[in-house]
Amino acid sequence: MTDIWAGIQAAFRLILTLDADLVEITLLSLQVSLSALVVASMIALPFGTWLAIRRFRYRRAAIATLNALMGLPPVVVGLIVYLLLSRSGPFGVLGLLFTPTAMIIAQVIIITPLIASITHQSMRELWAEYHDLLISLNTNKRQRVITLIWDGRRTLMTAALAGFGRAIGEVGAIMIVGGNIDHATRVLTTAIALETGKGDFALALGLGFVLIALALVVNLTIHALSRTEREGTW
Amino acid sequence: MVEPQMTVTLADVVVKRRGKTVLGPVNLDLGTDGFTIVIGPNGAGKTTLLKVLHGVERISAGTVNWSLPDDQARQAQAYVFQSPIMLRRSVRQNLSYPLQLLGVPKSEIAHRVTHWAGQIGLEDALDFPAPRLSGGEKQKLALARALIRHPKVLFLDEPCANLDGRSTREIEALLSTATQAGTRIIMTTHNIGQAERLATNVLFLLNGKVHERGTASGFFNAPHTPEARAFLKGDIVE
Repeated sequence: MTDIWAGIQAAFRLILTLDADLVEITLLSLQVSLSALVVASMIALPFGTWLAIRRFRYRRAAIATLNALMGLPPVVVGLIVYLLLSRSGPFGVLGLLFTPTAMIIAQVIIITPLIASITHQSMRELWAEYHDLLISLNTNKRQRVITLIWDGRRTLMTAALAGFGRAIGEVGAIMIVGGNIDHATRVLTTAIALETGKGDFALALGLGFVLIALALVVNLTIHALSRTEREGTW
Repeated sequence: MVEPQMTVTLADVVVKRRGKTVLGPVNLDLGTDGFTIVIGPNGAGKTTLLKVLHGVERISAGTVNWSLPDDQARQAQAYVFQSPIMLRRSVRQNLSYPLQLLGVPKSEIAHRVTHWAGQIGLEDALDFPAPRLSGGEKQKLALARALIRHPKVLFLDEPCANLDGRSTREIEALLSTATQAGTRIIMTTHNIGQAERLATNVLFLLNGKVHERGTASGFFNAPHTPEARAFLKGDIVE
């Protein structure tokens, strides 16, 4: 209990004094996770929607695989990305290992199946509702995907936020591909892991509270910007 | 320039579902104008026939040939479902959606949307979410969304089912106007009175087949088959 109280105090102190290190790692956390979210959403939203409206031979297998990939172990993803980006790997020449870009790549791989799967579930329901109308209006596949994504955007935001939640709280993969290098690839989660390892539980908890607050602020901001509650009734 | 005629021919059309024949064999020619009412008891295949004509129902055998190439024929048709399907958008966006698909210029879209919103009495609700309209308003909006494209052929699947008298009257007025404007209408209904008010010709379906067809006055005044006579009397027909 003492540690938790000390953690809250540490969190307030870090925030109120605008601790330079805290600001740096918070901004990097945001940069990495939001970039991963944007890239993953660009892949997962159309793919999940396409999967909802398209009938093909191995569709069930594809959906089952996608759902299974939601549980991808981050550490394994980190290891694979590490091997791909390491000097001896096929993409070693790009020199991306231990950079924020490598962290973004790992997070994209982790959250894309999650966003695509939730997208598929919600778009399947919307497609069932819209099917006859869109077929009747002679829409092509591209128009159907765009219509479903636009009209289901509020539900899709939930999918994206779930992806963001997973990305911002992820530690295993980014620790491996980012290396937790101070002033380079250190983010909130890897900093928490480091401080815990050092035995500074108060600071670790403080960073943890900052992380939770950050996730809440991002969620609330996106909800406010997209006016979910005001127009969400249809 | 004379607009191309829009006729359709069904030859030996059969629709099967799970091995059971739900429609056919149907052989049918439908002309370029008029108001055709498709009537018959539940399960006679009325909706299936409409969907076959519109090209949204897969046929098991036979052919459906429009006098225009497939793409043009599809673009020249519109369909109003028994349960109106509303896009999760405003009334304005529901009306403009089919025009956007056709690539109609924005100024023309705005003009037509205003006109049709006025026609259905929703001019003050243009920015209201369509899914929150009443049943009658939704059905009128669905009809306006179909008519806003100026279709040559309009299919309606029991558009007035579950509507009150006032909404029914408003929809019938819109349909009469559309017919006068040259839109070919093919509509299913259970309402014999409505059929008598609107139809120029009638298709009577029974057990998936066209059992009797003719002009509206001929059919309602002197039906040829005992089944049609029984149906018009309100008897149970199987």
